[in-house]
Amino acid sequence: METGGAMAPLPNKTLADRAYFIRRNAVRMGEVQGQGYIAQALDIADVLAVAYFHAMRYRPDDPDWEGRDRFLLSNGHYAIALYAALIEAGILPESEIESYGSDESRLPMSGMAQYTPGMEMSGGSLGLGLSIAVGKCLGLKRKGSDSRVYTLFSDGELDEGSVWEAIMSAAHYKLDNLIAIVDINNMQADGPSTQMMGFEPLKEKLDAFGWFTQRIDGNDLGAVIAAFDAAKSHPEPKPRMIIADTLMGKGVPFLEARDKSHFIRVDAHEWQLALQALEAGRTA
Amino acid sequence: MKPAAPAPGGKPRLTTSAMIASIAAEGQATRPAPFGHALVAAARENPAILGMTADLGKYTDLHIFAKEFPDRFYQMGMAEQLLFGAASGLAAEGFTPFCTSYAVFASRRAYDFIHQTIAEEGRNVKIVCALPGLTSGYGPSHQAAEDLALFRAMPNITVLDPCDALEIEQAVPVIAAHRGPVYMRLLRGNVPLVLDEYGYRFELGKAKLIRDGAEVLVISTGLLTMRALEAAKELDKDRIGMAVLHVPTIKPLDVETIRREAARKGRLVIVAENHTEIGGLGEAVARDLMLAGIHPTFRHIALPDEFMAAGALPTLHDRYGISRDAIVQRIKGWLG
Repeated sequence: METGGAMAPLPNKTLADRAYFIRRNAVRMGEVQGQGYIAQALDIADVLAVAYFHAMRYRPDDPDWEGRDRFLLSNGHYAIALYAALIEAGILPESEIESYGSDESRLPMSGMAQYTPGMEMSGGSLGLGLSIAVGKCLGLKRKGSDSRVYTLFSDGELDEGSVWEAIMSAAHYKLDNLIAIVDINNMQADGPSTQMMGFEPLKEKLDAFGWFTQRIDGNDLGAVIAAFDAAKSHPEPKPRMIIADTLMGKGVPFLEARDKSHFIRVDAHEWQLALQALEAGRTA
Repeated sequence: MKPAAPAPGGKPRLTTSAMIASIAAEGQATRPAPFGHALVAAARENPAILGMTADLGKYTDLHIFAKEFPDRFYQMGMAEQLLFGAASGLAAEGFTPFCTSYAVFASRRAYDFIHQTIAEEGRNVKIVCALPGLTSGYGPSHQAAEDLALFRAMPNITVLDPCDALEIEQAVPVIAAHRGPVYMRLLRGNVPLVLDEYGYRFELGKAKLIRDGAEVLVISTGLLTMRALEAAKELDKDRIGMAVLHVPTIKPLDVETIRREAARKGRLVIVAENHTEIGGLGEAVARDLMLAGIHPTFRHIALPDEFMAAGALPTLHDRYGISRDAIVQRIKGWLG
């Protein structure tokens, strides 16, 4: 891991540990609110662990450091997951977990650039992130910077025309400093994403659009690490896409098994059970 | 219902101008591409300035900039959402993108992108759009009658409607130096030169009294300031004194100057704008005067709340009441 910063990660924490603590932080925030996009946070934790503790360069004590890699959260409702990662990375203090989604909090339910250290854009209106990423990549190249732009978006956003405008332009401008990750958990607001609007075969589409594309099990840490490594080292002047197939609720078996929906139901007593399930999975 | 085919014969009909045609009247003094040349001059001073467009460089005079600074120009294809999202990203990295399109596309197609990625995030992006209001005869697809209403309603964005070539030239370096999102309406091509005659100087956020008069006060913006000044000269012949208060900055509104002028006794107060009667300068001024307890006799010259026709601009300006002659007639009618 390159941190480039003063606070190197604890050497005794594995990426699996990082993913565990990201999940744990997210469940604790869900408990504070009594609700939240917890199933998505659990599905994307492995990707965020690899992004923040293997792939990206940043300084926890200086989130606006010019030399950092940028991370753009397009799907703003995944803020609970990104806050969990930013807390684990030391960019946000753990104590703010208690404020999640509350009045005056720096951690609103939908991520916004002006609220939270480490949050680079205001997402939530879906389909914005890739366009902003294109601009940031162009800007970094203009500045001669070797920083990269990472952007996470959801499979439902593939329905948005603007996403394809950005996909075409990133290839047109040969943005090899762009690494996009699309979370294929196959669930959007009205139902399974592939049934709402068919986007398959996605890898073949993105290949044809001129991207270096990998499709992986987004909950297989080894595969995620390999995909980020390959995305960083790929020699062609192309933007890079990681298609991450994920399982909603990953790491909490009773949520993995629950009927899936965009906003999954969690009863009040189940948050503690979820923390216990995570702990049990970690030591198993 | 579609109209019947025109009958043959009768008086000769005007034809619709090409999109790229100048709005200048025959014989009117003009300057070529004032925005393009002013942006080149500003960019020589400020290396952060970039030019971006969505397939409308030539139609917004940005091609002048692109030719001078090819490596600072981004062609984003016919994709306005991408244009403004990418501009936000470039601004976040410290650049000052000037993005051009048509007013219809920025205001209607890309509104959420401007709202979220530029205004809400507070990015230093300048949005400069041609074909404001009724300056195209192509029909509603190209007539941005509601752009001022839409951008006025958006927090954290400055909204400008310059009158002529001189004002565009003066406004470009000012908005480049201003930190924050700006939407500016643009007249392109050979743009009429009007305000030089009055020793005008653009100031961001300031309304300027261009000429004084005892009977009528016209509070106007953009193209309608040009028309109001022409109308005032006609009314001079009838010894009707007409003041023209030009309001190039629609938001934030210079309410102090507007209140002071509107409070002067004995004048008919008219707001004139190249915009639908809904949500533009007229409603902004009326609201402010009500709040301030200033109640002059008030009239509004604006485009109607309807999808306007296709055709030749002079015909349309007469029909919808924003030509010089239509304005003169209406004012005389109001004065009785």
